[in-house]
Amino acid sequence: MSSISIQLINLFAAFLLLLAFAMLVQRRIINLVHMYALQGLTVVAATSVVAYVTNQEHLYYTAAITLVLKVFFIPWILHRLIKRLNVRWEIETLINIPSTMLVGIVVVVFAFNLALPVSKLSSSVSPGTLGIALACFLLSFMMMITRSKAIPQVISFLSMENALVFAATSATYGMPMVVELGIALDVLVGVFILGLFMFQISEQFESLDISHLESLKEE
Amino acid sequence: MSLSQFLSQIFATLAALLIAPLLLGWVNQVRAWLANRSGPGIFMPYRLLHKLFNKESVVADTASPLFRFVPYLIFGCLLLASAIIPTLSTDLPLARAADAIALVGLFALARVFIALAAMDIGTAFGTLGARREMLIGFLAEPALLTVLFSSSLIANSTALKTIVQTVSQREFTIYPSLVFAAMAFVLIFLAENARVPVDNPATHLELTMIHEALILEYSGRHLAILEWAAALKLFAYSTIGIALFLPWGITDGRSPVQMLIALAFLIFKLAILGGVLALVETFSAKLRIFRVPEFLATAFLLGVIGMLTNILLGT
Repeated sequence: MSSISIQLINLFAAFLLLLAFAMLVQRRIINLVHMYALQGLTVVAATSVVAYVTNQEHLYYTAAITLVLKVFFIPWILHRLIKRLNVRWEIETLINIPSTMLVGIVVVVFAFNLALPVSKLSSSVSPGTLGIALACFLLSFMMMITRSKAIPQVISFLSMENALVFAATSATYGMPMVVELGIALDVLVGVFILGLFMFQISEQFESLDISHLESLKEE
Repeated sequence: MSLSQFLSQIFATLAALLIAPLLLGWVNQVRAWLANRSGPGIFMPYRLLHKLFNKESVVADTASPLFRFVPYLIFGCLLLASAIIPTLSTDLPLARAADAIALVGLFALARVFIALAAMDIGTAFGTLGARREMLIGFLAEPALLTVLFSSSLIANSTALKTIVQTVSQREFTIYPSLVFAAMAFVLIFLAENARVPVDNPATHLELTMIHEALILEYSGRHLAILEWAAALKLFAYSTIGIALFLPWGITDGRSPVQMLIALAFLIFKLAILGGVLALVETFSAKLRIFRVPEFLATAFLLGVIGMLTNILLGT
């Protein structure tokens, strides 16, 4: 258990937090997809380092599944979706980015405080990362609230799942293989279903703005 | 204060004074190369200073004594700042005179007076520049403080001297908080020194200018001193960056040999930093002025996250 690999895990955790913030304030949908892929790659790197440090073979499989699914396959599906829905260059107007960031900082402080007593009980290699994973989770949640279009909401849902995987690997050395596979499959199916939904929404309302869904009957 | 201490301080201050215009010239030269131009050469700022010092200084009728006095005050502030920052050695008498917070205060003092002087004449451009400068200043200062605190939390001291000693003498460790702080510092560096995403140092008489609008009414030796002060500010910020994030090579003694080796290290690092700065400026487009708060809020955010990760992850 060398100290340099623990530092590396901490660095990747910090990088994840940075990416969560960058996604929170990103206007271009296409950049969101790139950032999601990058986030997946960071999770892969962190998982591999944890696997190497703790000598747990099944974590390598987790990293491999994450790599194939979240770095290549899902971004590829999202790219195709964006192309088909023709929203490649769409720019979303966001409400007041500086204040979103400030609220984000409050969320991070909250998450860190919440995770502090839990991580003290943890015996893993890097207990501090649990707080960061929780912060990433809450930030993705916040992103889901602040967005009004369907695709960014789906991406924030997916990045939430990334944060959960990171929390699982860093705090408890990963879940059992069966659970891991189940979640991966769930995400995959979820993306397919949400993609179908997006087609339905854009066909019905000729826009991906989900505020159209609020009215129950036609006027 | 012993004689050797005094001499070494004089040497470090003189080095700052002489290297500062060279750094500016080097950045402009690299920018010219990147734009496929031949460039004016790295000694251009010296030629400019020489020209301006030989010119007559014209002052408007409406100017108050403050207007004449401000260039000297700003030059003094920034020279003192560059003397306090441990550029060559941590064993200089002025290095323990003030800590990082006082340093930020010195920059703030210079900023307030340049804004006052710009408004003193009463032209529209001066007031516009002053307002913009204060806008950037009040957003950049807390961000700069959070960056400094991130490093202070590691060294348990706000004195730059102690931070340099702690970071350079400890065995190599990756601090996630310093990664955040360094990113925040780059953004603040660009905003505070009127570089491209925030202000364009290469143009006059553009409605978006900030730094040039402030000094529009100055001429002759006053302008020369202000230009030199701007170069010193660039130098001071670069050396703060070096002290916080790349302190290797700063000596803790003050013998002539040690100082000269440290000087060689400093010039090497400044050359690389200047090149990187030119590269960043070439690749980025100027922001709209109303995007600047967003830009600096990002810097503040990164600084705060740096502090928070430091508290959470420890090391």
